[in-house]
Amino acid sequence: MTKGIPSATGPVLHVTGLTKSYRTAGEEVAVLRGVNLTVAAGESVALTGESGSGKSTLLHLIAGLDAADGGEIRLADASVAELSDAERAELRRDRLGLVFQQFNLVPSLTVEDNLAFQSRIAGRHDAAWHHELVERLGLGRFLKRYPEQLSGGQQQRVAIGRALAVKPLLLLADEPTGNLDEDTADEVLALARDLVKRSGCGFLMVTHSARLAATLDRQVNLHAGVIA
Amino acid sequence: MQLATLLIGLISATALWSGVQALNQQARTSYDRAAATFGGARTAMLVARTGVSFPQELFVELRRAGWPVSPMLEGRIQIEGRSFRLLGIEPVTLPAEVGSAPTIGKAGLQSFMTPPGEMLVAPETLSDLKLAEGARPQGDGGAPLPPLRVQTNLVPGVLVVDIGIAQNLLKMPDQLSRLLIGKATGRHPPLESVAGDKLRLVEADAETDLERLTDSFHLNLTAFGLLSFFVGLFIVNSAIGLAFEQRLPTLRTLRACGVSARMLNAVLVLELVSLALAAGLIGLVCGYFIAGALLPDVAASLRGLYGAQIPGHLTLKPQWWVAGLAISILGALAAAAVSLTKALRLPLLATAQPFAWQQAQRRWLTYQSAVALVAFAAAAGFLWFGDSLISGFAVLAALMLGAALILPMFLEIVLSLGQRYARAPLGIWFWADSRQQLSGLSLALMALLLALAVNVGVSTMVESFSRTFLVWLDGRLSAEVYVSAANDAQAHEIKAWLRERPEVEAILPGGRADTQLAGAPLEVLGLPDHATYRDNWPLLQSTENAWVKLRPGDAALVSEQLARRLHLSLGDRIEVPASGGNWTLNVVGIYADYGNPKSQIAVNFAALTRRFPEIPLTRMGLRVAPPKIPALISALQEKFGLDDRNVADQARMKAESTRIFNRTFSVTAALNAFTLGVAGVALLTSLLTLANSRLPHLAPLWAIGVTRRRLAAIELLKTTSVAFITTIFALPLGLLVAWCLLAIVNVKAFGWRLPFHVFPLQLLWLTGVAMAAAVAASALPVIRLARMQPTSLMRIFANER
Ligand SMILES: Nc1ncnc2c1ncn2[C@@H]1O[C@H](COP(=O)(O)OP(=O)(O)O)[C@@H](O)[C@H]1O
Ligand SMILES: [Mg+2]
Repeated sequence: MTKGIPSATGPVLHVTGLTKSYRTAGEEVAVLRGVNLTVAAGESVALTGESGSGKSTLLHLIAGLDAADGGEIRLADASVAELSDAERAELRRDRLGLVFQQFNLVPSLTVEDNLAFQSRIAGRHDAAWHHELVERLGLGRFLKRYPEQLSGGQQQRVAIGRALAVKPLLLLADEPTGNLDEDTADEVLALARDLVKRSGCGFLMVTHSARLAATLDRQVNLHAGVIA
Repeated sequence: MQLATLLIGLISATALWSGVQALNQQARTSYDRAAATFGGARTAMLVARTGVSFPQELFVELRRAGWPVSPMLEGRIQIEGRSFRLLGIEPVTLPAEVGSAPTIGKAGLQSFMTPPGEMLVAPETLSDLKLAEGARPQGDGGAPLPPLRVQTNLVPGVLVVDIGIAQNLLKMPDQLSRLLIGKATGRHPPLESVAGDKLRLVEADAETDLERLTDSFHLNLTAFGLLSFFVGLFIVNSAIGLAFEQRLPTLRTLRACGVSARMLNAVLVLELVSLALAAGLIGLVCGYFIAGALLPDVAASLRGLYGAQIPGHLTLKPQWWVAGLAISILGALAAAAVSLTKALRLPLLATAQPFAWQQAQRRWLTYQSAVALVAFAAAAGFLWFGDSLISGFAVLAALMLGAALILPMFLEIVLSLGQRYARAPLGIWFWADSRQQLSGLSLALMALLLALAVNVGVSTMVESFSRTFLVWLDGRLSAEVYVSAANDAQAHEIKAWLRERPEVEAILPGGRADTQLAGAPLEVLGLPDHATYRDNWPLLQSTENAWVKLRPGDAALVSEQLARRLHLSLGDRIEVPASGGNWTLNVVGIYADYGNPKSQIAVNFAALTRRFPEIPLTRMGLRVAPPKIPALISALQEKFGLDDRNVADQARMKAESTRIFNRTFSVTAALNAFTLGVAGVALLTSLLTLANSRLPHLAPLWAIGVTRRRLAAIELLKTTSVAFITTIFALPLGLLVAWCLLAIVNVKAFGWRLPFHVFPLQLLWLTGVAMAAAVAASALPVIRLARMQPTSLMRIFANER
């Protein structure tokens, strides 16, 4: 495949000295002031911090959705900062799983097509893995439905399945249970943890719930632009 | 942005509509002026049962018996080689309600009636003749005519004199053409007891001849205006939809704060009405300019097609302004109706949709298709049972409505077929997403469909017409040079002179008489028995040796118009009133006579001069070898003092006729192009409206790793492909429209049917134009998407409220 796609040995994510500031109304606001973070393969990490502390910003930079001001992000052996826009898109497509708080799914496609969407365009579709995901996420009954016909919890299960179908190196989730009630959140997260272990990828999840954070391997806190 | 599109929509809707209305109004005013000329069809009258005139004694007898009648004599005279309609009236008995008479006045009466009398003319006629008021032009025989006096409300081309003078000028002593009937003051004996069977009563008609003739033209204009108006409303509708969508959060907050739904709606309506008022005013001003720009062409068309005279400058009534504003406001409210009812019923909390988009879409498609089928059934019904111009237009309207409504279903079928056969995930998404976008784009696509179909229809018609017309013109104008002498004496001299010229291969005398047949004007054309006509005259149907059968003078060729109007076929007989009594003629052929508002028949020239001895014999066609034409024309002009109007070569006449017909259709072509442009704008506004709500559809794909540029390219491809499918659907529809225009509307409107041709190059060109419009319309939203900041896309995923 293309250059810069890392292999799955060592830490999957290595962030050093990452900085990012936003200009709003002529004023520079430094959101990230030198973030260091490592996630190993098979490890699940909870990223906590108060609202507006820059958790989403950090996640977006790691995913290559936006460009950092300084510092380095290494995904396996690729340096995200050195990639072009198109190469970063390719990296996301082939090696990353992304789950957000909402609007993860393509509304015009059925659950089935949504689940296979990323793995197919990445050319990494694996029918056996796909079936296992459907089975474990309990989506068998809903395959022909459209996203808007599903409950919030069901939608997030499809989103997790879609992200993991591509067998990513790293699963990034930004408050994936933020719109769900407590019971559903627990259930969805349990499924996610379980599947992450099965696939052996790294897992970085943003949450502001200490209770949920406690269920992961490790917790890190973002405060005043750095991870303590 | 949506304010701008809203205004553009309202302004173009109002402008096109009111522009067309201004043109119609202008023309109507002129027709009223024409009708005001004494003895228009608005007055009941008595005419001869046989022949074109009757003795004056009948008038005296009827008057004595208490009939409120007034005599009139009509004929044609020539001034400087040009033919004018001469009306002789008797001002004292002229009924008050026939129009212009009262303006002659008591004082004027004296000078009008006593020699040398006066000749009343319209200001246009005066300037046409290049004469001043009071001048005395020369008549046929060289004797001076009565001095000219201007009367402003007279129709151009008509000369009005006292009846005695008219009888002299027309060499019809003691003869009358008709008796106008005024309001009865007392009881009078029945017509038969006074006049026997010599006279026939013609009832007053609410519509004048000119109005009836030009109805189709105005209906045509109105139809276009209406179409543009609706296409404009499409824009308004989508702009309002967008504005509403964007304000939804604000409206919710306001409602949550305790503002009543009624209050909210009142405010929204007020806002809309003031916007509509402003846009309406601008639209009216634009409409005025549009009408002003089109008027010369419309006037030329009406003159060329119907001989109607329309002054070249606009005069507008106050009603026009009021109507224009009203239609702007009503249009805006109609376009906003859906959004306003939504606002009225706005739930305080955004609730989840009970149906998936697919189910909702299926319902909507089924419902629309059902209505479309009803429309098609109506079109078939109108086609089958209808027999008027209005029903012809009804067929067209129902057909287009049905096609517009069935369009989304058609697109849905094509797109789901595409989806079924797509394999790549992006391919599946491409088709699925296009399907989902249908409901948002369908109005704009319908507008595109209608605009395109009308464009295809009209341009096919125009092209069919010009092709047929040019061939026909070649047949009709088969002599190389046409001469029209100032009077019979000069015509005689010219003929003598021409016979001496070796380059003149043949002199073909021509003549024309005007009479009436079945209550409508009829032209009788005299054609000499010559190979030129036998070989070239465009016959649609004929019996064997039709030209030979014309020779004895008991047979005629009839124009297609007349044949259709009176349901004549070969072998039928017609009774034509001639000077000496009725003339019975066998129909031996039917010929095409495109563009002539009057019915016409062609008979042998010698027979015509026997039956109508009074007609001027001043016209002739000459067969000349082409290289000798210019020299002959200048020699003729020099020798006999003729000008360009009196001597014309074939090429110039053809150019002139072609020009008139091109102008006739240039109005439609202009409106046509405008509709297509408006449809493009409708597509643009719909795409802009959709652009915002499309972000949640596109953001997941971007997050998954599809670049913005690729997304933009796919979006562009999506719009152009639905536009393309629409275009493919529009082409056969357009051809159907063309067929309706040629085979139904034209036959009813003009009395002739044109052969139907398909012009593939033209269709290709229109397809190209439509695709260019679609690309242009999607360019802005697509460029915006390609350049979109990542943060605007990322914001979608985080619940930041
Ligand atoms: N596109 C942007 N432009 C300007 N400021 C932004 C932008 N995105 C985020 N911010 C600011 O950066 C800070 C961190 O935002 P975010 O990463 O969303 O925080 P968190 O996810 O921890 O709540 C906030 O103060 C926010 O206002
Ligand atoms: Mg956040």
